[in-house]
Amino acid sequence: MSKYSVLGLIKNAFNDNKNWERAWRDPEPKKHYDVIIIGAGGHGLASAFYLAKNHGIKNIAVLEKGYLGGGNTGRNTTIVRSNYMLDENALFYEKSLKLWEQLSHELNFNVMFSQRGVLNLANSDSQMDAITRRGNTMRLNGIDAELLDRRQVKKMIPYLDFSKTARFQIKGGLLQRRGGTARHDAVAWGFARGADQLGVDIIQNCEVTGFKTKGNNIEIVETSRGPIGCGKVGFAVAGSTGHLASKLGMKLPIESHVLQAFVSEPLKPIIDHVVTFGAGHFYISQSDKGGLVFGGDIDMYNSYAQKGNLPLIEDVVTAGLAMIPGLSRLRIVRHWGGIMDMSMDGSPIIGKSPIDNLYLNCGWCYGGFKATPGSGWVFAHTIANDAPHELNAGLNFDRFRVGRSVDENGGGPVPNRH
Amino acid sequence: MIRIKCPYCGLRDHSEFNYIGDATKIRPVSPELANDEEWFDYIYIRDNPRGVHQEYWQHITGCRSYVKVLRDTVTHEVLKTGLPSDDLLFSYEAEK
Ligand SMILES: Cc1cc2nc3c(=O)[nH]c(=O)nc-3n(C[C@H](O)[C@H](O)[C@H](O)COP(=O)(O)OP(=O)(O)OC[C@H]3O[C@@H](n4cnc5c(N)ncnc54)[C@H](O)[C@@H]3O)c2cc1C
Ligand SMILES: [Zn+2]
Repeated sequence: MSKYSVLGLIKNAFNDNKNWERAWRDPEPKKHYDVIIIGAGGHGLASAFYLAKNHGIKNIAVLEKGYLGGGNTGRNTTIVRSNYMLDENALFYEKSLKLWEQLSHELNFNVMFSQRGVLNLANSDSQMDAITRRGNTMRLNGIDAELLDRRQVKKMIPYLDFSKTARFQIKGGLLQRRGGTARHDAVAWGFARGADQLGVDIIQNCEVTGFKTKGNNIEIVETSRGPIGCGKVGFAVAGSTGHLASKLGMKLPIESHVLQAFVSEPLKPIIDHVVTFGAGHFYISQSDKGGLVFGGDIDMYNSYAQKGNLPLIEDVVTAGLAMIPGLSRLRIVRHWGGIMDMSMDGSPIIGKSPIDNLYLNCGWCYGGFKATPGSGWVFAHTIANDAPHELNAGLNFDRFRVGRSVDENGGGPVPNRH
Repeated sequence: MIRIKCPYCGLRDHSEFNYIGDATKIRPVSPELANDEEWFDYIYIRDNPRGVHQEYWQHITGCRSYVKVLRDTVTHEVLKTGLPSDDLLFSYEAEK
């Protein structure tokens, strides 16, 4: 397969762009694979890519029940950051951010990673204390963070509600300049193309429906396109993890919940960064097409439906208007939902499972998109070596058994609180 | 909007309720005798079914009592509601 280049662009332009080759093959499933990854979202595809690239494993398949990137990868608000406090999260997400910074080059595919800065507002004195502590912790871990006071925030983002009568006064904010957004589809497509070039079979319209086990091992993966033999198996199915695990009689510290996202009618450039509210759950950025992309809380009740409910929309919009009153005349043109794998401590699970040749990649809650390259990197390492990378050793399943949860917000073992 | 029938107040919008969560988890009866595995299961492990789920909601803007709800997690249809002590799953299966 050819490399994308300026020369290629010019050449194809002369042929009316009719001769571009497929970005990835559409292979029939083989009888057996050394590694089967279930789920062709960003995480599954990145895992397959790094398994082939970093660990030289050749015989890999990624099985996808729908089309690749059609799950949460293609539904998220694309915020990328590494502003965490606990080491297990901070070091892992920072590795991921470093991979993002090189990703378009590594994949020879423009993932449109835009380091426009992520600003978390503080709307009370105690929040100011909290973000100061967070910023300091980040800097101790070598992660960039800048504390802004009210005046500095106003200079940078004048469209927030700075009026004397604002219900929630802006005290300041924590800025991570290296954070930003990326093009969600491009991430899936780039990893798919990269993995395919390294010989990975990406098999779409192939739903995993069950397993045949022998002893404590999975021998056969049953699919809608027939049984497939396997050496090792990796789950990367996000919100469907609980359902898939039930086929093995396995129960996990995870609940599935629906998160909605929204896009407004397109506007001239107004929102130059990613901005999040302190007084409520609301985050916003502007896409290259001009639409404002925003979201808030999950719907709060267990759900496997990729659609949410109206009261939550009202909630999100109320928070948005409190933060940016100028949004009030704006029309929402699209909204949708994705099923999120909410873990019991708000942190992901990447590692070994109770079954010998099965590996888990789940529990991403609100924030797995930014993890995509890092998740693939450490998951590939874990599968290839049958042992975790140092960056995901603390994010294992067994942490719950010994009560060593990685609870960034101190929310407790209640999935919808993270 | 999901509509939930509170045993005290009648049919109400779900926005009047606070979602509490899975109602099938039972705290170890004798905490001092329970082993780590039982605590692990009670605190962290969830069935997380794709389909019928038995759960608690609290009618916070109404009578404030807990309500047990049997709901489908795919269609969001409420199949049954009752008092916290009711076993809705059992009566639902029996009626089927
Ligand atoms: C509305 C919304 C907004 C979000 N915003 C952000 C954000 O701003 N920043 C951020 O970092 N994260 C965000 N997230 C979270 C992020 O999108 C996810 O954590 C991440 O994309 C998960 O990637 P994945 O590859 O694990 O899952 P997915 O992309 O969901 O991929 C899983 C795949 O598995 C497939 N699958 C499921 N079951 C089976 C089966 N039985 N057989 C075969 N295939 C199967 C699915 O079809 C799907 O394609 C958001 C999520 C949502 C829903
Ligand atoms: Zn009531």
